[in-house]
Amino acid sequence: MQLNNSAGTVKGKSSPFYSSKIRRKKLKVNWALFMFVLPGFLVYSVFFAGPTIAALVLSFTDWNGIAAELNFIGFSNYIELFTNDPIFYQSLTNNLKFTVSVLAFQTVLSLVFAIMLVKNTKANVFYRSIFFFPTVVASVSIAFTWNFMYDPNIGVINNTLSAIGLENLTQSWLGNPDIAIYSIAFIQFWMHTGQMLIIFVAGLHSIPKELYEAASIEGAGKWHTFRYVTWPLLAPSATIVVAYTTIQSFKAFDLIIATTNGGPSYATEILSLLLYHEAFNNFRFGYSSAISVIFMIIIAVITIVQFRILKSNDVKY
Amino acid sequence: MKKKEFPRQLILLFYTAVILIPLSMVFLATFKTTSQLFKDPLGLPESFSLDNYYELFVKEAMLQYFLNSIIVTAITVFCVILLATLISYSIIRISGKMGILLFGFFVAGMMVPTQVNMIPIYLLVTKLGMIDTLRGVILVSIGFLIPIAVFILTGFMKTLSKSLFEAAKMDGANEWQIYSKIVLPLSLPAIATVTIFSLVIVWNDLLYPLLLLKSDSVKTLPIALLEFQGQYLTNYPLIFSGVIIASLPMTIAYIFLQRYFIAGMTAGSVKG
Repeated sequence: MQLNNSAGTVKGKSSPFYSSKIRRKKLKVNWALFMFVLPGFLVYSVFFAGPTIAALVLSFTDWNGIAAELNFIGFSNYIELFTNDPIFYQSLTNNLKFTVSVLAFQTVLSLVFAIMLVKNTKANVFYRSIFFFPTVVASVSIAFTWNFMYDPNIGVINNTLSAIGLENLTQSWLGNPDIAIYSIAFIQFWMHTGQMLIIFVAGLHSIPKELYEAASIEGAGKWHTFRYVTWPLLAPSATIVVAYTTIQSFKAFDLIIATTNGGPSYATEILSLLLYHEAFNNFRFGYSSAISVIFMIIIAVITIVQFRILKSNDVKY
Repeated sequence: MKKKEFPRQLILLFYTAVILIPLSMVFLATFKTTSQLFKDPLGLPESFSLDNYYELFVKEAMLQYFLNSIIVTAITVFCVILLATLISYSIIRISGKMGILLFGFFVAGMMVPTQVNMIPIYLLVTKLGMIDTLRGVILVSIGFLIPIAVFILTGFMKTLSKSLFEAAKMDGANEWQIYSKIVLPLSLPAIATVTIFSLVIVWNDLLYPLLLLKSDSVKTLPIALLEFQGQYLTNYPLIFSGVIIASLPMTIAYIFLQRYFIAGMTAGSVKG
């Protein structure tokens, strides 16, 4: 077990000569692998893992980015966040509004499209690749596209609405604080629905055909087949879609910075943006780090829950 | 059958329009003047003049930004593949607790959103004198891509038959030879996946260039675009020309390698 390679053949003859030779050989092997891991280990530790731990440490200080020494203030940042920072609560609420609306539309519609496009016909593959395309484009570019689409005076949306006689629906889509966050949520939906569709299509393809045959032999209708065959077996894909969508929505940093940058009056400020603004506009590095720790905990919880559900959902045919 | 087909096609065509109208609007706008665009945003341009592109290349260091993006993306993707395949190979070769521990250490990074550690990263890169340099952005990008790359590559390499390694060992191959001659070629599908999502993520990344790059000589395309917005305000034709230039490489690659892009981007979509 310990010596996984040639050990099996040698184990019988336990002469001291043999085992020492093997031990030396094993040490050499580990040394090579150690060298393999080292460069990646260093880059990852120095430029990612280390800074993550540093963020945790900074969150207990009131550092402003300039002071020479770190002044530890315990949980003060966290206490201020939860008891005395309306903008933090507003950002959390915005995160929630954004995520829930993207989640609802994106999950349902990507599933509907996946069911429509499940067969690998030429036309379906073509549709899928068109729907998927926005994922490949930078969020900044997508944001600019929609800045123009949404423009209250010259934008395509308002012009179209006026043209078809729905003038009273025209809006300052990104300027109205009640609507802006949902307007951006729509952009996020527009970008990523094609991607979630692909996950569902893969999930649908993994369901054995015999189950459908069995269902039709037993006289199950369309809805019953969906409810009792497709849906339960689709649960793993659905979990992935929900988790991906949630995580992606929480990180919609690029999209928002290039459309509203959190405005008007914090109506579209989300956690990832707030911690950027607190650090680089207000120079509250310690405070901002506390936000980032909370942000990290939220994402970690979602990820762990996702893995748990996926594990317990391990479908057996 | 026919009766059901019609609404289905209608819905699909409608959503195709929802995707394609904004995209074609952007593309066509690059051939228009501002007033033409405002008058008729969706219509065809009067002529396919390249004035906007020309203006952009003259007024802005577009070529430099483009080159910077290529340098950052190429080096980052190459290093991610090299380092992550080495790590993943070692993880599957080191059996027992050590391997699990190593795997956990690298993969734990997947739970950390890239915005979380931006302050320490900013400070670190400043301290190392790498602020406003491409190598700063490259190192940071490699760091945040390693977790997901290791996750995917290790998952794939685990499925390779162990007897292959043993046979190679019997023939006197060392670890480097097993890695480079056997495992790398067999892992090409997973390497393709990692290459593609790293490519798209780094090419489109805004956060770290925004944080770490200030001067024109080092700016990448996304950060240059973001600044165009403040600079050209409502000169959308010019801004959109920048958008088209920045999107061109990934679009062309997507058209030819759709299948790989769709698989790769979906596998890597937790990041980004």
